[in-house]
Amino acid sequence: MSVRSSKSTKYVDSDILIIGGGMAGCGAAYEARYWGRKMRIVVVEKANIERSGAVAMGLSAINCYMGLRWNENTPEDFVRYTRSDLMGLVREDLVYDIARHVDSTVHLFEEWGLPIIYDEKTGHYKREGRWQILIHGESYKPIVAEAAQKSASEIYNRIMVTHLLTDARNPNRIAGAVGFSVRDGSFYVFKAKAVIVSAGGATHIYRPKSVGEGAGRTWYAPWSTGSAYALLIQVGATMTQMENRLVVTRFKDGYGPVGAWFLALKATAKNAYGEEYEKKYVDEQRMLYGNYVDAKPFPTCLRNDSMLRELKAGKGPIYIHTEAVLDTREKEELGWEDFLDMTMSQSIVWASQNIDPKTTPSELQTSEPYIMGSHATCSGAWASGPDDMATDIYKWGYNRMTTIEGLFGAGDTIGGSAHKFSSGSFTEGRIAAKAAVAYILDHPDYHPDIDTKMVESLKDEIFRPMENYNVGKNKIVAGTVSPLYIYPNQGVIRLEKIMDEYAGGWGNMYMTNEFMLNRGLELLTMLKEDLSKVAAEDLHQLQRAWELHHRVWTAEAVIRHTLYRKETRWPGYYYRADYPKLDDTNWHVFVNSRYDPAMKTWYMSTVPVMHIIG
Amino acid sequence: MPTFVDVSICDGCGKCVEICPSDIMHIDRKMRRAFNIEPDYCWECYSCVKACPQHAIDMRGYADFCPLDHALTVLREPEKGRVSWKVKYRNGTVKSFTFPIRTTPFGSIKPPDSFPLKEQELRSQLLSHEPEYLKVPSQKEVSAR
Ligand SMILES: Cc1cc2nc3c(=O)[nH]c(=O)nc-3n(C[C@H](O)[C@H](O)[C@H](O)COP(=O)(O)OP(=O)(O)OC[C@H]3O[C@@H](n4cnc5c(N)ncnc54)[C@H](O)[C@@H]3O)c2cc1C
Ligand code: SF4
Ligand code: SF4
Repeated sequence: MSVRSSKSTKYVDSDILIIGGGMAGCGAAYEARYWGRKMRIVVVEKANIERSGAVAMGLSAINCYMGLRWNENTPEDFVRYTRSDLMGLVREDLVYDIARHVDSTVHLFEEWGLPIIYDEKTGHYKREGRWQILIHGESYKPIVAEAAQKSASEIYNRIMVTHLLTDARNPNRIAGAVGFSVRDGSFYVFKAKAVIVSAGGATHIYRPKSVGEGAGRTWYAPWSTGSAYALLIQVGATMTQMENRLVVTRFKDGYGPVGAWFLALKATAKNAYGEEYEKKYVDEQRMLYGNYVDAKPFPTCLRNDSMLRELKAGKGPIYIHTEAVLDTREKEELGWEDFLDMTMSQSIVWASQNIDPKTTPSELQTSEPYIMGSHATCSGAWASGPDDMATDIYKWGYNRMTTIEGLFGAGDTIGGSAHKFSSGSFTEGRIAAKAAVAYILDHPDYHPDIDTKMVESLKDEIFRPMENYNVGKNKIVAGTVSPLYIYPNQGVIRLEKIMDEYAGGWGNMYMTNEFMLNRGLELLTMLKEDLSKVAAEDLHQLQRAWELHHRVWTAEAVIRHTLYRKETRWPGYYYRADYPKLDDTNWHVFVNSRYDPAMKTWYMSTVPVMHIIG
Repeated sequence: MPTFVDVSICDGCGKCVEICPSDIMHIDRKMRRAFNIEPDYCWECYSCVKACPQHAIDMRGYADFCPLDHALTVLREPEKGRVSWKVKYRNGTVKSFTFPIRTTPFGSIKPPDSFPLKEQELRSQLLSHEPEYLKVPSQKEVSAR
């Protein structure tokens, strides 16, 4: 019996299907239930919603909170900040929309029991920085998941979604999704009137800095596998800013975040000679990148750029001087909790290397690039904006609907709207879900019509890696070298090597050019062909096989976008050596792409950046 | 390997398998004990460590950059609303920390459909519980610009 025919098929009907139960997915479940009281709301999650996604281990801060009630910031302020941090290019309608709602999300979290730290003097939430507030966030995800569990009609854990389904009568209308159970191998067909994709960002697209056992210690979670992008691209959704990959400066190797240290504890970073270097290159930077270098605060990518210049000049290691700021037990606790709540590995690095932050500085480094839509970057799907904010070119229906009818997105999935973080991602899930409810009510006669032949062929495709293994395994005695197939992890390593060496990874100091990108695309195309020859010995490897598929599609979009934008817009994230300057005359635009599934062709275009806020 | 299991304590209950976001805690079929099948896909997120009723799982920092003889152990007590950490340095230094994790009992969140539905707001820009939960005196921030 073939592998596929031994797997049972299960059908699940829903009104709203939410793919990915992370921050955005949980927000979507909650809001969908508020407005869609009688609707069937289904969440499908590849792990266990209790601890899934980027917040699995907790967080020590909420990085997006306005403080409207205390007049701390206005949504306009937030748009201005986000815009200057992203070197001018954000969807201001989407950013504004997050800002005007995010406080109500945070107040809900507090009511649910998330401990938020107060400033005794002001009586306000204690600020880490202008937009960040401090929390005791070990249980952030279980708390948020509890709200989702109380909202959804059903939550399917351990189902990896592999493909979206469009309607048999209308290829530009969503009808559901398919996937498989990582536990019992059942094949799942989800039908839905509206789908919200909230499947997180992407790591392991680029070679990580640690390549042995430590490869799992990427800053963003290793289980962020680009599903959000690949699922959407393959049904023809328009994507934006996929070239805007994120590189973060973090504590070396452990990837401990720097926010609390720089913003709350006021630690400084210095080169090995004890000199502050961040603004040392500002004149050169101004010549290349224009007045963006005068933005306050200094844009995230430029801070990386300064550090990279310093490292190239041989002035490393770069140190963060924790020892200069931990003068009280309170501050020491704050510093430790920062990592014990969200990056325990950093504490392990300290313990193992005898680094006491009270006496010894720590090294900083820049990370490998990640693809995300929620941080100091905004890759993702091109989405319709809010009615009252979006100009016509940004609006074609319902808020956060992609260019596929009935297909919505939130969090890392949606592009153009940076600095959402955990709270903004949850908020965007709420926004998308409310719009999805309205969409369903406006289309009362719609019933998903799924082409059974297509579903059958997807079932074949999904289980093919196990078939490949069964067929090919006898060619070798034991071990991992087969002439007939590659294992998922071998594919990931090939992908990482291509992306690192040709598409601006850390191994080449984030530098690339047209020749390198074209060569990268050529090799990536062969990897894509080899995807039909990936082998999986068991269901766990089958999950890895599909994660690899999703990563490769994501990577292809990154290369195509990077090729198309002929300038260096975000130095410190990547450099086009053949176009080393930021070019506002020609490139103050979004780069959008659309893969046409019928023609199997990519189309690239540019869309104007509309400045709505002065 | 990032997580490792003490086989003399593990009883094969599978709680770590249920929770691991990376799907890498599995039960060895012969031994009937848990083990990490893919240490290089472990994020050291401690989800499994916190979930293990027997405290059988521990962490050894990544071999790539962590010298031996260190430990970071955790005790999460949801009913007491706290988590406690103990850091043991290679040189013997020990530090301990305890932090709150939740201010309300686990399971106490009120579902969204226990609140009255403001049906007339479905087409407005307001989300559930708004404007009240914004806690601003006026509605100006969410109304049309
Ligand atoms: C180390 C670290 C520190 C951070 N610090 C902060 C901070 O201090 N403050 C802050 O506000 N934010 C912080 N963030 C950012 C924040 O975590 C993210 O912005 C947010 O989680 C993004 O939400 P999301 O829902 O888009 O993705 P996620 O929360 O990652 O959720 C994605 C979900 O989709 C699931 N999924 C993926 N693929 C599939 C598939 N194919 N089928 C089914 N399910 C799938 C995943 O399992 C996951 O549950 C930090 C993140 C990290 C990693
Ligand atoms: S949770 Fe603990 S006791 Fe249960 S299987 Fe895992 S390691 Fe063993
Ligand atoms: S620490 Fe996290 S990633 Fe590693 S095995 Fe445990 S649950 Fe899985």
